Amino acid sequence: MAHTKFRFVDFIKYFSLLIGVFVVLFPPYVVVVNAFKSTDEFNSSSSMALPKSFLNFDNFVAVFQRGGLLSGFGNVLVIIIITLTLNILFGTMVAYVLGRFSFKMKPVVFGAYLVATIIPSITTQVATFGIIKNMGLYNTLGAPIVLYIGADVIQIILYLQFIRNIPVDLDESAMVEGASLFKIYRSIIFPLLTPATATLVILKTISIYNDMYIPYLYMPKQSLGVVTTVLMRFQGVNSGEWNLICAAILLILLPTVVLYFFLQRYIFEGVTSGAVK
Amino acid sequence: MFGTLSYNKQKTIIIVSFLLIPLLLLATFTYYPAIKLIYYSFTDWDGYSPEKPWVGLANYREVFSNPDIFKVFTHNFAYFVMGLVQNIVAIYFAVVLNSKLRGRNGFRIMLFLPYIMNGVAVAFMFGYVFDTTNGSLNLFLNNIGLHQLAQTSWLGTEGLVNYSLASTGFWRFMGYNMVIYIASLQAIPRDIYEAAKIDGAGSFQTLWRVTLPNMKAVIQLNLFLTVTGALEVFDLPFVLTKGGPAGASQTYVQRVVDTAFAFNNYGLASAMSIILLFFVVIVLLVQQLVLNRGGDK
Repeated sequence: MAHTKFRFVDFIKYFSLLIGVFVVLFPPYVVVVNAFKSTDEFNSSSSMALPKSFLNFDNFVAVFQRGGLLSGFGNVLVIIIITLTLNILFGTMVAYVLGRFSFKMKPVVFGAYLVATIIPSITTQVATFGIIKNMGLYNTLGAPIVLYIGADVIQIILYLQFIRNIPVDLDESAMVEGASLFKIYRSIIFPLLTPATATLVILKTISIYNDMYIPYLYMPKQSLGVVTTVLMRFQGVNSGEWNLICAAILLILLPTVVLYFFLQRYIFEGVTSGAVK
Repeated sequence: MFGTLSYNKQKTIIIVSFLLIPLLLLATFTYYPAIKLIYYSFTDWDGYSPEKPWVGLANYREVFSNPDIFKVFTHNFAYFVMGLVQNIVAIYFAVVLNSKLRGRNGFRIMLFLPYIMNGVAVAFMFGYVFDTTNGSLNLFLNNIGLHQLAQTSWLGTEGLVNYSLASTGFWRFMGYNMVIYIASLQAIPRDIYEAAKIDGAGSFQTLWRVTLPNMKAVIQLNLFLTVTGALEVFDLPFVLTKGGPAGASQTYVQRVVDTAFAFNNYGLASAMSIILLFFVVIVLLVQQLVLNRGGDK
């Protein structure tokens, strides 16, 4: 009796998991099969049917020629590289100061970072817009870069959590040997924060690559499109030509999905260490 | 040179130079806009003219007395409902995927997959899935014999559109919640389970009396994120339906953005933002209160 009950529970488990996987894969499946269909084939076949050939790359070529997708990838790459470099630098610097020294203003600085996590940047956007305009950054790559660095304080909290686990003994023994505080930061703290940096790089890359709001609002200029805004424009011009749009969707999904299958273990770790305090 | 200074002097230099730019950025892009926003909310500013006429509380009165503005929150309600369901499903899958199972890792990888996908691409993908006549969802429903349901206009029906959109959010973020719940499950010490087993607890009892109470803090954090997330929805309806049909899927943030940038009413938009910020803080306070009371027990 107990034996059969056990099996029934197992059946429910696997069945629900398979439904879950089906629900996850159904929309991407539809996109994949339609991205390889010519317009005629698309109009005459069911939207769930497999294409005649998975070697028909015409749609992808058309997307690259018409869509400005290459410059979209280029722009987002520039934004990601500059943002991440500065994020890592500033994040480790703040964590070093707040994690290692005590000084009068420390509670104030620390509090300022904590309170900032409650203010959703989407609510202050109306005022931020004016600031970006006054700084002359509107319609430049500088706008998303300063916003991704300045308005995101999660990275500081992340680094602060990690620096607590680095033993202070290390700093002290370096001081005994006469190392300067800057040298301690550079050759002890910074390298030991590498796991946190890896987490930051992965999560920030995904979130910047996927962000639509900031590029849409602050960089409407055609030549400054990133992948998300390029896709939006492309859909606007080609609405109805779903086989083309499917190809565009697939091209934009592909980089992160490939990255994900290589790095999934680190992504899981990053997500959990970033969210569970 | 720097190394020859005393450690006290070095400390002062490091503190000042390391914090200068980050604090400047924090002030410029988080606190200064917040203060500006409060100021704008008392003015009638149109976004470009040099004068910003002071109007006192008129903008706030407008938000609370114009039923048209507040009604938009009812659209956000769908995201809250789906967010709750999403958390329940995520806890279920987390518990299942934390038990002994074949292909456990594979299932985790698959269920988390949507989270890393590009939001705009996902939105368009669902736009195609939800399409009434060509859409794969209706085609699929037809294939499994639900012909009546297969006629539905998922994004064109007023009462339905928000739930359709919110289910897209569910699709994207369930795996994220699940991974966080799995992490919190793995932090529960094994011996509690052994003790429960010795005391003769069944699997359901163990779940109810051991597992869920131990996940409480994480569940509450996720619920906070669900509520604030539901209040702040923007990109999905903006990309997929542009707020339609007839404004039925316009969310509060979208309304704020329209008020500011399409109708050049920065004053009113600022007041609306402040009210949203206020709601977020209230949710946080209520949650903090509930959490602390739970901790006293």
